[in-house]
Amino acid sequence: MKADVGAPVAPTAARKALREAFGLKIGGAAEYVIIPALAIVVSLALFGIFVGLFGKNPLDLYFYMYQGAFGTWFSWQNTLTRAAPLILTALCTALPAQLGMVIIGGEGALLIGALTATSAALALPLAPPLVVQIAMACAGMIGGGLWIMLAGGLRHYRGVNETISSLLLVYIALAILNFLVEGPMRDPSSLNKPSTRDIGAANMIGNIPGTDVHWGFVFGIVAAVLSYILIYHTVFGFAARVAGGNIRAAKVVGLGVGKLIMITCFLAGGAAGLAGMFEVGAVQGNTNANLAAGYGFSGILVAFLARQNPLAIIPVAILLGGIGASGGLLQRRLDLPDASVLVLQGTIFLVVLASDSLYGRLGILKRKTP
Amino acid sequence: MVVATDIGLWTIPLAVLGGAVRVSTPFIFVSLGECITERSGRINLGLEGTLVMGAMSGYGVSYLTGSPWLGVLAAGVAGAAMGALHASICGLPRVNDIAVGIALMLFGTGLAFYLGKPLIEPTAPRLPSIDFGWWSDIPQVRAVLRINVLFIIGVVLAPVLVWALRTTKWGLIVRTVGESADAARAMGYSVNHVRLGATMFGGFLSGVGGSFLSLFYPGSWNEGLSSGQGITAVALVIFARWDPMLCLWASLLFGGAAALGPALQSSGMTEGYQLFNAAPYVLTLLIMIATCSPKRTLVGAPAELSITK
Repeated sequence: MKADVGAPVAPTAARKALREAFGLKIGGAAEYVIIPALAIVVSLALFGIFVGLFGKNPLDLYFYMYQGAFGTWFSWQNTLTRAAPLILTALCTALPAQLGMVIIGGEGALLIGALTATSAALALPLAPPLVVQIAMACAGMIGGGLWIMLAGGLRHYRGVNETISSLLLVYIALAILNFLVEGPMRDPSSLNKPSTRDIGAANMIGNIPGTDVHWGFVFGIVAAVLSYILIYHTVFGFAARVAGGNIRAAKVVGLGVGKLIMITCFLAGGAAGLAGMFEVGAVQGNTNANLAAGYGFSGILVAFLARQNPLAIIPVAILLGGIGASGGLLQRRLDLPDASVLVLQGTIFLVVLASDSLYGRLGILKRKTP
Repeated sequence: MVVATDIGLWTIPLAVLGGAVRVSTPFIFVSLGECITERSGRINLGLEGTLVMGAMSGYGVSYLTGSPWLGVLAAGVAGAAMGALHASICGLPRVNDIAVGIALMLFGTGLAFYLGKPLIEPTAPRLPSIDFGWWSDIPQVRAVLRINVLFIIGVVLAPVLVWALRTTKWGLIVRTVGESADAARAMGYSVNHVRLGATMFGGFLSGVGGSFLSLFYPGSWNEGLSSGQGITAVALVIFARWDPMLCLWASLLFGGAAALGPALQSSGMTEGYQLFNAAPYVLTLLIMIATCSPKRTLVGAPAELSITK
């Protein structure tokens, strides 16, 4: 292994074969699968040790995590239901990342999207359900889109750091939501848990036939695939990646960087807003403080774990959704606090970032340089 | 002077003033700590997590030992450990410090909620305060002038840090690393070690700031204790142009803004006070809009800082 790093020594026949199998053919791609997988295994091991310190059996932990996430049809459905908003909020971080921007305000766009979607439904009391649902989706996407576009615009036109501004916008969105839900939009009959009026049972978005998973999951996958096509197979996406790689070069060749930033941020926020719309339209039935469940923050982790690739976001969101789904079982069977899911997520995030330094350094995966 | 029994509308400015002193204390500590970290050329966005960890460990140790000051110390040590974690991951090649900060935010809050579960019920001894309002008969005035010791330490710390950055050898090393890593390397200083020290120092102060939340105001441990004070303080450092004295003034301003919502609520406002809870965040955003510019880098920004590069 050392020889690979140091002076170019002629590889042995066996290594040559390995090189040909991994290094040359799929070496680059394999790195992007093996390193994150390794990071997750290491994080699970660390979390096992952590839980072991509190006198729980790590093997029980892994068993119940698997059971709660992927063990039964019931847990699969729970996992996929949680993955739906994660795919959409992850896109909120992954799309601007193509332009070199770090947006972490998906939670705020989700809340605003939920509010605007609910408002649209409440404004159309007599319309047929399909019309209401389409109006909700449009309103949610526009609401969330404008919210993140604000962060993008501030970055481009005022030079305000988008990471900080998007996070501040989360807290502002939460204050607006609390104000509206406890004030002007409050349903007088919601006594203990302030919420808006219900959008109506007829307007609720149903489940995918034969499952308990709502349609948001399908829309999440469609959004991820469309984002992938947009980034890698259109001129717009190419321009965005050029601008993300070297903003000066982009300006020299005459790309409208401002327009790229605004449109990308709008689409990103629109995805998170759609997540909020599905949380209202398929799960909650109205807007209330429960919507701030942290999907927006977990979405950041999903995006980074997927290395900002929209297609990779789908499996990663399912994995993270599984971890979330297993939380309940861990609480009941192992008496672990509900925050254990957060600890595991944080550990995975840190290990994944630390593993960034491994790229191009694993000898066996190294591409042969001529 | 106004009549003692009824001070009418004076309640709100008094409550805001008192709130400014109380609420600003965590802002002061976190922003001073982050100021030093950023002067060394690295940004730690994870101070929200560090703050919550500090609040939890400070409360836990104060409860177990009966001494709130040991709690403050423990909070600082926990914060420094979080800082060390941040710095050691960022020290690896090709690791983005902003992303590590976000991860640490998630990890710190998760760990604090996990370990702090058994601490929600018990009551821990709280930090003392000094009564500067003995001369007044008005209870509201006395409440405002009952000033906590950590606030005083924070106020003293700001000029000390200005002096330390400007004149001491350590201050010069930190500034050199923040302005030009290559120059520091040429002088024989390890950039990673200096940043490790600066991030641990920042973590220590943030942890102490967190212990204020659980040991003085509001003075208990629960999972809703911090609502973005950590991240607001990071934004505040940018607004304060990386100057510890300006960090202090900015913290006071923010404390006042954050105290507005609760003050209006306690003075009998039943609707709309939730909007005022957004005041510190809106203020941060407005100030950043007013002071940032896309055309030039910010005055006073350390040249090695990733967010202003």
